[in-house]
Amino acid sequence: MSAENTTQSDVATPGRTAARPGRKGILGRKVGSTQVFDAGGAVVPVTVIQAGPCRVLLVRTADRDGYAAVQLGFRDKPRRLASRALRGQVAKLDSKRARRLTQGGVALPAKADCEPQRFVRELRGEYPGVEVGQVLSVDLFEGVERVDVTGTTKGRGTAGVMKRHGFKGQRATHGVKKVHRHQGGTSMNTSPARVFKGKRMAGRYGNERSTMRNLKLVGIDRENNLLLVRGAVPGPNGSYVVVRQTNMIKRVVAAGAAPVSKKKAGAK
Amino acid sequence: MSQQILAKVEASSLKSDVPQFAIGDTVDVHTRILEGEKERVQIFNGVVIARAGSGSRETFTVRRIVAGEGVERKFPLHSPKIAKVEVKRSGVSRRAKLYYLRDRVGKAVRLREKRDEQAAAAPRKSRTPDA
Repeated sequence: MSAENTTQSDVATPGRTAARPGRKGILGRKVGSTQVFDAGGAVVPVTVIQAGPCRVLLVRTADRDGYAAVQLGFRDKPRRLASRALRGQVAKLDSKRARRLTQGGVALPAKADCEPQRFVRELRGEYPGVEVGQVLSVDLFEGVERVDVTGTTKGRGTAGVMKRHGFKGQRATHGVKKVHRHQGGTSMNTSPARVFKGKRMAGRYGNERSTMRNLKLVGIDRENNLLLVRGAVPGPNGSYVVVRQTNMIKRVVAAGAAPVSKKKAGAK
Repeated sequence: MSQQILAKVEASSLKSDVPQFAIGDTVDVHTRILEGEKERVQIFNGVVIARAGSGSRETFTVRRIVAGEGVERKFPLHSPKIAKVEVKRSGVSRRAKLYYLRDRVGKAVRLREKRDEQAAAAPRKSRTPDA
């Protein structure tokens, strides 16, 4: 289904957009994980993501902004908690600067005219048919098979090399003294007489942006705005995530001959 | 809030008629098995020694002795592959996990049978007041 969409948009809009077909994206919250049974009765581990409804706050175009993107907002934030900047992001606020710009003949971008949003992210790329003020829901992912989910991993604080880099540590016996979870040596001898840059050591671990790619979309619950994604998603339960249709090349079993022939053509 | 959402998600995977059995029961578990195109039912007989988990993740463990070797199988309670769980014999059990059966051999593995239904009908009851 998604492959069909891609080809259609390729035909409809030639040029730069053809190389980057329109993607689908939404913001959400990781609810937790559980398991469900598929049609064959097999257990499928799923992560539940409460996605949308999302407001489109801004559409960036290559002409005006130098790049194409959409800015989405998820979950209302009470106005009393939102700064003036946040409020101005979603609605037209009168300001000296805005007045000066309009007098100068600059057209200000349209506003979504909604409540301030808690979680705002820009998704790069062309999103055909998406307009400011529009509300995106999980319906968007109808027919999408696989998604990428971006989140922030759980923060581990200062972590040792075994947890942070998967080092093996040292032996439990044979004279090892209180360094069982330490790394071994960090460098060589008098030459080079220093530790190379980038040497993996203990330090701050986790709490960084991470994307799980090509996760299977198991189910969509329109009523409760839920997406069911197979497998794990970065971050603790309750954390915000970005769900996008994956841009990884879809491996189709039936049409397996197609990529092979392409390879052969390239070799010749 | 999150738990309620998860419960909603799991609801679709739950069985409407959950098999009824208790810890200590001897049961026949009928599992659907796909062999190529054909589907057949395999029966695993044994004592229910544990139930674990909740919602769609609930499982039960059945233990039996095969050729002198203890065999335990864990089944997802709500799995569509579990066609039916038939209670063959109800055993008396005072705990939720019968892991102690693993340490037992031979006749000691047996559990006392529940007597309530039989006690109501059987002549045993009439004998007790006499004695």
